[in-house]
Amino acid sequence: MSTDNDLQTTQYLCIGCPLGCRLEVDEDPAGDIVEIRGFSCRKGKTFAEREHTDPRRMITTTVGVTGGLWARLPVHATEEMPKHQMWDVIDLLRTVSVTAPVAMGDVVVAGILGSEVDVVASRDMPAADPAA
Amino acid sequence: MMSITNLQDQYDVVVVGAGPGGMAAALAALRTGVDSVLMVDREVEPGGILNQCIHNGFGLHHFGEELTGPEYAQRFLTDLLDHHIDIATDCYVLDVTPDRLVTLMSPSVGVRQVLAGAVVLAMGARERTRGAIRIPGRRPSGVMTAGLAQKFVNQMGLLPGRRAVILGSGDIGLIMARRMTLEGVEVPGVFEIMPHANGLTRNIVQCLHDFDIPLHLSTTVVEIHGRDRVEKVTVAPVDERLQPDLSRARTIKCDTLLASIGLIPENELSQKLGLRIDPTTAGPVVSSTMETSRDGVFAAGNVVHIHDLVDFVSQEALLAGENAARYVTGRRPPADNIKLNAGTNVASVVPHTISSDREHTVYLRVRHPLEKSWLRLGEVYEKRLRYVVPAEMVSLKVRPRFLEHFHGDSLTIDIVPRDEPGREEM
Ligand SMILES: Cc1cc2nc3c(=O)[nH]c(=O)nc-3n(C[C@H](O)[C@H](O)[C@H](O)COP(=O)(O)OP(=O)(O)OC[C@H]3O[C@@H](n4cnc5c(N)ncnc54)[C@H](O)[C@@H]3O)c2cc1C
Ligand code: SF4
Repeated sequence: MSTDNDLQTTQYLCIGCPLGCRLEVDEDPAGDIVEIRGFSCRKGKTFAEREHTDPRRMITTTVGVTGGLWARLPVHATEEMPKHQMWDVIDLLRTVSVTAPVAMGDVVVAGILGSEVDVVASRDMPAADPAA
Repeated sequence: MMSITNLQDQYDVVVVGAGPGGMAAALAALRTGVDSVLMVDREVEPGGILNQCIHNGFGLHHFGEELTGPEYAQRFLTDLLDHHIDIATDCYVLDVTPDRLVTLMSPSVGVRQVLAGAVVLAMGARERTRGAIRIPGRRPSGVMTAGLAQKFVNQMGLLPGRRAVILGSGDIGLIMARRMTLEGVEVPGVFEIMPHANGLTRNIVQCLHDFDIPLHLSTTVVEIHGRDRVEKVTVAPVDERLQPDLSRARTIKCDTLLASIGLIPENELSQKLGLRIDPTTAGPVVSSTMETSRDGVFAAGNVVHIHDLVDFVSQEALLAGENAARYVTGRRPPADNIKLNAGTNVASVVPHTISSDREHTVYLRVRHPLEKSWLRLGEVYEKRLRYVVPAEMVSLKVRPRFLEHFHGDSLTIDIVPRDEPGREEM
């Protein structure tokens, strides 16, 4: 970040395509976007706006599973979540463990961190020994 | 999991490998109307490499939505299980003969031979190891491929170490940098010998920038230190000829080195079979029906050429499976009549031949990044490309109308800067 005439400039790398345009967002002291530069197409402008005001990420990780074919069950949030919540979600999920069998889409944590977003199983997890 | 033990002696189609390639090939063969299909995998369950790729980003082309790797695999498997199919997991394919006698081995069936009407090879790829790039130093534990670490962390619940340096900026290395960080492992940096990153910008941003993990371009690991366990690595910048400048070397403390230095098609079976191999892809030479140089032996997926998008693996494998079934039922399309050559800035072309009577999707890999270029198919077709990078495969639809007035037997594909008037002197 740099300041120039009270404007704060933040840089972003556009992920819209392999050109990877270097984007710059100028923000005034009131926190409003004054100018966006560096994009070569609309997609880049939209990306910079979003990344500056409300960056979101898809969170995928694993939780423990007992009695399953594998020791870990892959899970994901049903929607992108605010980037700043990522570590809280990860830390919470680190403490979670489920028991096999599990079906793909089963809710592992409902409404995580009080949000509307669920964390669900990314696959079926059969029991280790189908006969058991 | 669902491995069968009562194998038949004969199948219309045998598919080797149950990754996305194998599953799509099996599905297409069944839909095209063969009666019996056997799909074999040495892992304990179908899905291939996707089972360990827990991140999202799969399926945007094929399913129109972004799925995680396991979800993508399970969708295909669910479709497959709607049909009658035999799946043998925990089962190695040891050999395939030119007469398509397939030798299998597993704890449950022992060593068995089955005769296949057609075979689809979908063995995927394996990772290049440290040996492939010869880093000097001892052989302490803690050095492994990024993909192996991925399997440890995501499926087996094992952490490879506490502080991991990553060599190579391909997508697997970037994804593992984030994954290790989220699991509480420190990642002091990613080191890339080339002057540009090999992975998608999205992964640079979301796997490195989000976690303040530095990416050092034009830098490589020149030595690994430690007796029993990695204790540190020496890194050094490289010049344009990729030679390290040891006067600027420095050491980094770590207990783990993850190598993400590329994939190589898994082609032991293909070699034994005597298939023609393309040295640029390291996979079998294939026709537009994905048939190899042996009659009735087809191939698809990473075993043919390394894909960055699983969606293209599925597409290619659907074609291979359909044509394997057509081979068995005697409904093969006309043979190819045009050979494709890789020209300027094109590292590889798949398939290697096409026919002028139908539409084909041709996949290219470029050698160098270029902004604003022409893609030229001989003299018959050209199109503008906004950018090309080696990390992203370029796909080209070749339509019969391009070839209406073409009577030659080979076409060269070039990707040249747009300000350049014509093809380079040959
Ligand atoms: C770490 C990683 C991250 C990736 N991320 C993405 C991504 O974000 N988006 C995307 O679209 N693509 C991604 N890809 C690419 C995609 O996953 C691959 O292109 C795809 O999985 C290749 O499919 P395949 O069926 O050819 O090979 P594989 O999935 O490797 O399957 C091959 C199967 O064959 C089996 N096999 C091999 N030899 C034998 C034998 N002799 N006998 C029996 N079985 C055998 C193996 O056990 C394996 O199960 C990623 C790949 C990797 C490795
Ligand atoms: S701004 Fe447009 S051209 Fe530039 S990287 Fe983003 S999507 Fe690509």
